[in-house]
Amino acid sequence: MSSSATDSPIAHRFGRYGGQYVPETLMPALAELEQAWLGARDNPEYRAELDLLLRDFVGRPTPLYRARRLSERLGWPVYLKREDLAHTGSHKLNNALGQTLLAKRMGKRRVIAETGAGQHGVATATACALLGLECVVYMGAEDVRRQQPNVQRMMLLGAEVLPVQVGARTLKEAVSAAIRDWVTNVATTHYVIGSVVGPAPYPALVRDLQRVIGDEARAQILDHEGRLPARVIACVGGGSNSIGVFTAFLADDEVELVGVEAGGDGVHTGRHGAPLTVGGRAGILHGSLSAVLQDEEGQIVEAHSVSAGLDYPGAGPEHAQLRDSGRARYVAVTDRQALDAFGELTRLEGIIPALETAHALAWLLAQPQGELDLLCLSGRGDKDLAEVAALS
Amino acid sequence: MNEPTVAIDSGLERVAAAFGTHRRRAALMPYLMGGFPSLEQSLAIGEACVHAGADLIEVGMPYSDPLADGPVIHEAGTAALAGGATLGGVLEVVRALAPSVPVVLMCYANMVTAPGAAAFVDRLAQTGACGLIVPDLPFEESDEVLGACDAAGLALVGLVAPTTPPARFAEIGARARGFLYAVSVVGTTGERASLSDDVAAVVARAKASTDVPVALGFGISTATHARQAADAGADGVIVGTRLVRAAGESADPAAAVGAALEEIGRGLEP
Repeated sequence: MSSSATDSPIAHRFGRYGGQYVPETLMPALAELEQAWLGARDNPEYRAELDLLLRDFVGRPTPLYRARRLSERLGWPVYLKREDLAHTGSHKLNNALGQTLLAKRMGKRRVIAETGAGQHGVATATACALLGLECVVYMGAEDVRRQQPNVQRMMLLGAEVLPVQVGARTLKEAVSAAIRDWVTNVATTHYVIGSVVGPAPYPALVRDLQRVIGDEARAQILDHEGRLPARVIACVGGGSNSIGVFTAFLADDEVELVGVEAGGDGVHTGRHGAPLTVGGRAGILHGSLSAVLQDEEGQIVEAHSVSAGLDYPGAGPEHAQLRDSGRARYVAVTDRQALDAFGELTRLEGIIPALETAHALAWLLAQPQGELDLLCLSGRGDKDLAEVAALS
Repeated sequence: MNEPTVAIDSGLERVAAAFGTHRRRAALMPYLMGGFPSLEQSLAIGEACVHAGADLIEVGMPYSDPLADGPVIHEAGTAALAGGATLGGVLEVVRALAPSVPVVLMCYANMVTAPGAAAFVDRLAQTGACGLIVPDLPFEESDEVLGACDAAGLALVGLVAPTTPPARFAEIGARARGFLYAVSVVGTTGERASLSDDVAAVVARAKASTDVPVALGFGISTATHARQAADAGADGVIVGTRLVRAAGESADPAAAVGAALEEIGRGLEP
């Protein structure tokens, strides 16, 4: 734990991971955000407004659905936590709404966000429309191309979408561009980071806002089955839906936690987005120390994935700790496997999953046996139809 | 018994001398991007800066994700990496310049910690460099790098910004070695039409918080800016983006950077 966190109940470090590796200009803003979250998270007024909106605007609790034909095909019961049924089509609105309400409490009228698949950008643009805040979304130019429906949604919602043209023009560069904007406009602007990454307090803040997924799912499966699942499975890019569903089960030692990363062309090819799976030296990316794809000298390496939301060379610091401690395990599936699973779930269950989620499904579909599984269906796949059609 | 004719000074002493011996109103401190437009040309740019009167040179290590840099330096770093620049290559530029001018390396945190802070700093010290600036390493995260630099006699330069609250100034000032880098603007590196009104306040707070000289940087691109920085009380003036842009725009980068630096240096004449 870092010295600055000793008197703070918000974790700055997860084991040795995390921290605040940012330009000095941002340090006061991180302290301000931490204080604001400490003041808001247990504040009855903030909680009541967030809970009301989570219920009536987002549509929570989302259902826990026993997947009939998928369970039949596998031979054991599988439950899907239906975050795809949340407003805007993914779990991202849980975090975006909580953070934009926080921005409003902090008196910040301008909100910026990064987005990969566009789900977090749409969620943030939606929350800003609801709350009357200015919204700017940074998105890699390659992702603008492959996730057009979400770009159109963000613009309809009144957000300004700024394509990022540097590097591989994907999520990593979008996060960097958002951080540079924040360095420049920190007095007026709140940065709604979309995952459990970034400098403290973001990994803990985003986890706190996403843990509603697991809190609901744990109660729901106990209600349906009278017992806990043997496995909880979720895809991991930065890792927000996975932390969101894992957190409620961390103390249940008998529940295995499985995070599924983007294997891209295969982890042996070097063209993937699976830093937790491949291991190696920890590194600093976007303000925190965690699992990172990097070369010998410490240059960050580009990730590769068919899924824009998993196309990221890092992962949240809490995941790195969960991996090291053995509490969770991390695996990767390839683009091909994910595309196959995308089609298979659609035909089996009548649910079109996001390509990100399809990675978790692909891992599950490859398992020879199971007992009772709970999988976080983090988002819907309508946004991916053009990309999938082009690749098929 | 003969007196030694050459004193081998520590990096800290050489940095202090850079601020103590110049005849301007403030030390002239150019920044160049290592490996841009090529390794050879970045060395030639450094030599041109020495001829143009540089009191200390900052050499930037190109990095994949430079969060503190604006588009000009970011693009120069990307071009340098695409051209094959490595840490080893950039350190050779440092080594070649170090005998004629104090050199400080600017390098992002992940590259410093990748081999371990001590190993990185030892390697840097062997080039004859005087110090290290890590723009994404706030003092809370700096203990290991500071310890390694202190052990090697290198200056770990701290940074303060216009947003830094008073209590942090004291913490950063106490840890600053060599000089304290005062960031003149809320933002990334890059040229600005004018210096912010906050500059005098930042410099004054910085000077009150530390025993080492205070150098002002980010956005200084004309002789007038340099004069204003000296008027504000800065002990040194760092010029980066203006020179990197000159290097990128000219067929003769070294001559263009040397001329631009000389022009800015005129703003510091007594």
